[in-house]
Amino acid sequence: MKFDIIVAGVGGQGVLSVSAIIASSAMHEGLSVKQSEVHGMSQRGGEVQANLRLSDKPIASDLIPRGMASLVLSMEPLESLRYLPYLSDTGTVLTSTDAVTNFASYPEMEGLLAQIRALPHAILIDAERLARQAGSARATNMVMVGAASHLLPVKLETIEHFVRTLFAAKGTKVVETNLKALAAGREAAASR
Amino acid sequence: MSEMVLLGDEAVALGAVHAGLTAAYAYPGTPSTEITEYLIRYQRKHGRPIAQWCANEKTAYEEALGVSFAGRRALVSMKHVGLNVAADPFMNSALISINGGLVVAVADDPGMHSSQNEQDSRLFADFARVICLEPSSHQQAYDMTREAFDLSERFQIPIMIRLVTRLAHSRGNVTAGEPRAENPVAKSATPASWILLPANARRQWRALLDRQPEMRRYTASCPHNTVTGAGSPAEFGVITTGLARNYYIENLEDLGIAPPHLHVGAYPFPADAIRAFVGGLRRVLVLEEGYPYLERALRGIVPPAVDIQGRESGHVPPDGELNPDIVRTSLGLEARRGLMIEGLTLPSRPPQLCAGCPHGDSFHAMTAALAGFPNAVVTSDIGCYTLGALPPYSAIQSCVCMGASVGMAKGAAEAGLHPVVAVIGDSTFLHSGVTPLLDAITEDTPMTLLILDNKTVGMTGGQPTIRPSSQLEGLVRGLGIPADHLHVLEAHPRHDAHNTEVLRREFEHRGLSVVIAVRECLETIKRGKQEQAAATA
Ligand code: SF4
Repeated sequence: MKFDIIVAGVGGQGVLSVSAIIASSAMHEGLSVKQSEVHGMSQRGGEVQANLRLSDKPIASDLIPRGMASLVLSMEPLESLRYLPYLSDTGTVLTSTDAVTNFASYPEMEGLLAQIRALPHAILIDAERLARQAGSARATNMVMVGAASHLLPVKLETIEHFVRTLFAAKGTKVVETNLKALAAGREAAASR
Repeated sequence: MSEMVLLGDEAVALGAVHAGLTAAYAYPGTPSTEITEYLIRYQRKHGRPIAQWCANEKTAYEEALGVSFAGRRALVSMKHVGLNVAADPFMNSALISINGGLVVAVADDPGMHSSQNEQDSRLFADFARVICLEPSSHQQAYDMTREAFDLSERFQIPIMIRLVTRLAHSRGNVTAGEPRAENPVAKSATPASWILLPANARRQWRALLDRQPEMRRYTASCPHNTVTGAGSPAEFGVITTGLARNYYIENLEDLGIAPPHLHVGAYPFPADAIRAFVGGLRRVLVLEEGYPYLERALRGIVPPAVDIQGRESGHVPPDGELNPDIVRTSLGLEARRGLMIEGLTLPSRPPQLCAGCPHGDSFHAMTAALAGFPNAVVTSDIGCYTLGALPPYSAIQSCVCMGASVGMAKGAAEAGLHPVVAVIGDSTFLHSGVTPLLDAITEDTPMTLLILDNKTVGMTGGQPTIRPSSQLEGLVRGLGIPADHLHVLEAHPRHDAHNTEVLRREFEHRGLSVVIAVRECLETIKRGKQEQAAATA
């Protein structure tokens, strides 16, 4: 079993938390994990991505080779397209439709979404709306983890456990909100 | 012992702790920052070891040297360009008879994810004639750091651990060993060896050279330099260093028959082993992260009939970070294709100042104050504010190295430009902006120094500035800036008109002035609030 994921987004969107939750869950279930992250300058509102590799055998490279990723999990529609060359023929693009338009030449939205929908395996989630319904827009990234949970080679209970762990210090209310967001994302993706 | 998942940086930090570390010193710099952040967290929790941020890499190195003089183990960490700042104590410390183990962890940034250049610290280790260990996995980052302290005491030299961004900032499994106790305090038994007066220095230099064969014997037999598949009748072999090994292994399956493979993880490189390895081969591919260091060395030690391929020969790109795809094509395998959309070109998304960042307000006021000065020059330094080079600000015209904005402004002003503004952050000013300001004070150079004081080291994630910003004004005044040309402003839109006015006056002034624009970084404020909330929850 080998499952390579590119988690994509913009600095500040919680890409590293998404990646950390999936990585911890996989490790907990006995898989080998390598997770390569971006720190520093690019986190200032620039493109951010984490290469996350899960396998039942030892993993050599921290970076995913082209054409090998099973999933591009993106917090932002434009960023979901940036890593297509890394996706395998059978891989899925799962993206939030919430655009971060923090620069002038951001493409026209309908065309962009149409391009994503036309991909062989694409799932689009209105993640921020679902997060608000769950209690906080800041849980958008957990909606996306929930949406991805159908595809990931880890159990839902394990993910829930690590959501609890990650937010434990912030109080029970934050934990509840994020668990709700996780469930909402899972449900939204189940119907696609 | 226990197994855990750590960043490469954290594996180095924990390795140092378990080697009996007494103290660690550093100045923040991507991708090395997390080494010291981990140690500071560890210290908060366990009381030891000492872990501190310093004014700059040179002071950090010297403090580590003092720990070693006292017989205890010290770690100093930095990014590659930080080693340039610490180069003086680093080079000289190779001549001293190191007492307590001294390990220098340097994180290089091939591909320049967050740096001004792509230098390869292995050359610096070679330059100083000391041992360099280069991990290719998280486990090795931990193990090699532990071992480095022992080697340092055995050879009485500083040992370098060379990391690259991709290892520093990726997470992987580490199994930790038994922690070792700190060394007792025991002053260097040979204090004369620490006094590099010419007579002593000549003796010490000779002693360092005399120890070279012993160092080479160590790297020739240590388990970090390994050969697999030697003796096969192959014509083609592969030499890897550092992370290149991983990218090579990633492609191995598709090669069919595995070629003989030499991996080098400890330097000085094992010349005899390399000669033996290359022996019957007709072609060798050298895969290394950084400079064509080994590739060049190879040309001097193997017969000219062997075709040596690598970054210098053009078989591997001469610049940038390696990855599995580059290594794949260098091995002659067909490139993999992923999903492609015909004609899809995506705009890139450059990093930018956070919305509402105080630096943005300072740039706004400064640009307005410079209107009508066609010859104006704004030199800048390294930090979040360097992003002022990009639209919408387009406010700065240089970025070279820490402290350079101040020195360059002095030169540009003395060459005849006016007005000249040097922009620098509070932390960078203290790192290496104070000394060029002393030069400018001496000459009363007609320039303005604009210190953007956001009360933190913003770019690397908000480490504390070495002195609180409340002390900046007093420091600058103490250097000798006249009171009527020293101003402290609040960098906020509501003061825009006033700030512009003050700056314009100083830009017109034909002498030296210093303006400190103060407002805390938004990220630091946010984190402070979160920490408070967590503490009261
Ligand atoms: S991190 Fe702080 S200093 Fe850097 S851009 Fe954001 S607000 Fe400004």
